Amino acid sequence: MSRVDGYGRIDRTRTLTFTFDGAQYTGHPGDTLASALLANGVRRIGTSVKLDRPRGITAAWGEDPTGLVQIEEPFPEPMLLATTVDLVDGLVARGLGGRGRLAEVPDTARYDRRHTHCETLVVGAGPAGLLAARTAARRGDRVVLVDDRPAAGGALLGTERICGRDALDFVADTIAELRADPDVRILPRTTAFGHYDDGFVLALERRTDHLAEPPRNVSRQRVWRIRAGHVVVATGAHERPVVVEDNDRPGIMLAASARDLLHRYGVRVGREIVVFTTDDAAHGAAADLEAAGARVTVVDPRPGAGGSATRQAQVVGTRSDAEDGAVTAVTLDDGTVLPCDTLLLSGGWNPTAHLFSHVRGALRYDAELGAFRPGEPLDGVTVVGAANGTFDLAGCLAEGRGETPEPVARTTRVVWRTEGDPARQFVDLQRDSTVADIARAVGAGMRSVEHVKRYTTIGTAHDQGRTSGVIASGITAELLGVPVESLGTTTFRPPYTPVAFAALAGRERGRLYDPERTTALHAWHVEAGAVFEDVGQWKRARYYPRPGEDMEAAVLRECAAARTGVGILDGSTLGKIDVQGPDAGVLLDRIYTNLMSSLKPGRVRYGVMCGVDGMVIDDGTVLRLDEDRFLVYTTTGGAAPILDHLEEWLQTEWPELRVSLTSVTEQWATFPVVGPRSRDVIGAFAPHVDVSNAAFPFMSWLDTEVDGVPVRLARISFSGELAWEVSVDGWHAAAVWQRLLDLGAPYAITPYGTETMHVLRAEKGYPIIGQDTDGTVTPQDLGMDWVVSKKKPDFVGRRSFARPANLDPLRKQLVGLLPVDPDLRLPEGSQIVELTDALPPPPVPMLGHVTSSYRSAALGRTFALALVKGGHARIGERLTVPVGEALVPVEVTGSVVFDPEGTRRDGEPGVH
Amino acid sequence: MQLIRCPWCGPREEVEFHYGGQAGVAYPADPAALSDEDWARYVFVRDNPKGRFEERWSHAAGCRRWFTAVRDTATYRFER
Ligand SMILES: [Zn+2]
Repeated sequence: MSRVDGYGRIDRTRTLTFTFDGAQYTGHPGDTLASALLANGVRRIGTSVKLDRPRGITAAWGEDPTGLVQIEEPFPEPMLLATTVDLVDGLVARGLGGRGRLAEVPDTARYDRRHTHCETLVVGAGPAGLLAARTAARRGDRVVLVDDRPAAGGALLGTERICGRDALDFVADTIAELRADPDVRILPRTTAFGHYDDGFVLALERRTDHLAEPPRNVSRQRVWRIRAGHVVVATGAHERPVVVEDNDRPGIMLAASARDLLHRYGVRVGREIVVFTTDDAAHGAAADLEAAGARVTVVDPRPGAGGSATRQAQVVGTRSDAEDGAVTAVTLDDGTVLPCDTLLLSGGWNPTAHLFSHVRGALRYDAELGAFRPGEPLDGVTVVGAANGTFDLAGCLAEGRGETPEPVARTTRVVWRTEGDPARQFVDLQRDSTVADIARAVGAGMRSVEHVKRYTTIGTAHDQGRTSGVIASGITAELLGVPVESLGTTTFRPPYTPVAFAALAGRERGRLYDPERTTALHAWHVEAGAVFEDVGQWKRARYYPRPGEDMEAAVLRECAAARTGVGILDGSTLGKIDVQGPDAGVLLDRIYTNLMSSLKPGRVRYGVMCGVDGMVIDDGTVLRLDEDRFLVYTTTGGAAPILDHLEEWLQTEWPELRVSLTSVTEQWATFPVVGPRSRDVIGAFAPHVDVSNAAFPFMSWLDTEVDGVPVRLARISFSGELAWEVSVDGWHAAAVWQRLLDLGAPYAITPYGTETMHVLRAEKGYPIIGQDTDGTVTPQDLGMDWVVSKKKPDFVGRRSFARPANLDPLRKQLVGLLPVDPDLRLPEGSQIVELTDALPPPPVPMLGHVTSSYRSAALGRTFALALVKGGHARIGERLTVPVGEALVPVEVTGSVVFDPEGTRRDGEPGVH
Repeated sequence: MQLIRCPWCGPREEVEFHYGGQAGVAYPADPAALSDEDWARYVFVRDNPKGRFEERWSHAAGCRRWFTAVRDTATYRFER
């Protein structure tokens, strides 16, 4: 055991048991898995990803490139850093060889999201961040302070003094002051991992992993979405090593990390320690470890550094004759071999300026530091303390208060690597990338550090090159013989640390992945055994199979009912826009291709809308409710975009029109009652209404009441059959639907779904906008010249109809296709070519494609709709549709394959 | 997630907005009088500058009002 009495903030009164690589160990509350392993003398954590070399723990916190573990208990999770895993009783983990394994069982933990707003967000609760938070809070700001450690204090070890007091007491007092302020929110164990435009920061809060028995009502992790007026980046700095030969063995670690492990967890990482440094901070680490009972030799090449005991030399290599591969000796450049069990390295400090870089803050190379630090300031962002390259405590406190610190002389000597075999000098330990790899990249002609990093994969592991990135730049520059700043800088991108997809998904998984819209009748559809299809976010009943029926059988039955008896559909998802105002008719005349202002109240008209390019964007019926009021029906998918389209024209082109628009899609449930017996059903439903053709003609509507419930009846048909649409508010929808079913029972009324609706409309050649059209189809292409007004001087799209491309006789036009084999249903999307019994060599000229294809109960055969070049002129011709290996002959017909004369609209002759 | 300032609602997150392309492209007073080429220019051709650009935006998930904003297409910054 290497635990030292009198050190650390762990709770030694309690003991936790855990398992690593099959062996049992103990630790204490407050430990990380890494500190507990080191306390138990476990130094080898795993092996490297490519070279299978033994690896240990290289740093004390999230910058560690090597100590990756797989957690098995309490829940399997791959690729976590032992340094950031809180030790809990019963933890089971094992070391990794660079790759983890996802859990094979579903994650039962819950993940969540919260939003918050503040004037000042401070990231990092070290001395600079604490002062910044306190300063903002005292001036009255709402403050959010996030910090990724369990407790505030940052890099403070407890040995420092602030304002004449023990530094950790100062931290505790400051936190207490902030906690007492109701406008301050402190989020420990929370990593700000992404910084975006306008003060938007994402942070991951780890809420339960450190708890022995997590409360079931608390989510495991949650993502904070923080919008801040001002972001203070106080994220500290990461120590970087000097690269030496065989620098990847267990027992080789950053000097400040060893010091951190001593003061935070009471772990002395070795007994015989060599410290190799080119920076002053490591001398403090050496002194502390010596005071804790280790024998320490400091090697520092800078003349006069560290006093007389310091050896003025460089470490050039390491050796191991230990079973676990840990370091047992180091070699100096003068040939001396120093036996040891630990080598600590320090080559200076890299400011952690990621959150500044995320928002395109430029980083500038500072040759004195040997690191990149924030350059030109950004609006709304302040970088303070070590993240800004200010490493002395007084300077950090001053910057936290918003003051400019006294300049401090720099003493770091920037040394990227010492002499040695480049193939054994590891730059990125996780990626097994060496100086030799950089030399190969440079030899292959790479000059930009971005290219070198991609070629060598340096900086692409979980740690994103926290400790290796600038060293790679430095060595590349050395190899090229150019200054580091000429290589360009690295831009850091979110996330700062790996974030689980589960946390990002939060509650939006499974059924909550995407909003579901359901109609007022949804429960009835479910009860009736409907098979649903997604139409946008709507759940629509597609068909209602009876026992033993597949979709084809169910749809044939439903179609036959609508054509010979009566069917009923839940059509409530159609978009509905209430258009009101004295100029409502003027607006609709300008929007629709046909005339709407001439429509009389009480009447209905079908209309088509085009874009300015003359292409159809939507269609539907329009009810004139009153002189200054229309109800516009859109397609289900068009509900929102068409409202936007109308608003755009109204607001940006014709603001003088006195018209208001509002969506009433959700307010009305609409049920088409369809078929030759529909008159019987509607007549029984509203016995006080005269439903004869004379009194209630096609394309008319009226409002009435049934048992005191207001309902609207409209004679609209999307099937060619006699039909009514019954509209009612959502509250009464289920009751009205049931009433219609009951009254229709004598006629075997048959609920049908969207699939039958599609077949019925396709038999009549009614296009579905977005299925039979694709944004390149005009009303004329659809054979609907009749819907394009010749009288109106202008409407949206009109001018485009006269463009030469729109008049091209070879435009693709909507036609019907009848496969010669009446049993063969063409796959939708099939290509169409000239009639042939052998395809010519490619490229085969394509004539068009199948847009809709069904089996028709009414025709007793299959049919399709298709867009075909010059299709209207090809009616009567035969063409070929390649289907897999087969060449299927089809006959081109008009798009209306059933009842082209429209004899069924007013009911079957003989019925009434 | 950028903030966009709706003149009616104030700063809101960009997901609430719908982009409407170049501003100030008026619907021609008499489309029938335009040549095919001029009409095609109106329908299809828009500026695509790097830098300052006057654009139309709609606060689609908010007040549904259209407004004109000036944005730098290189930095995404809106002029206030
Ligand atoms: Zn608004």
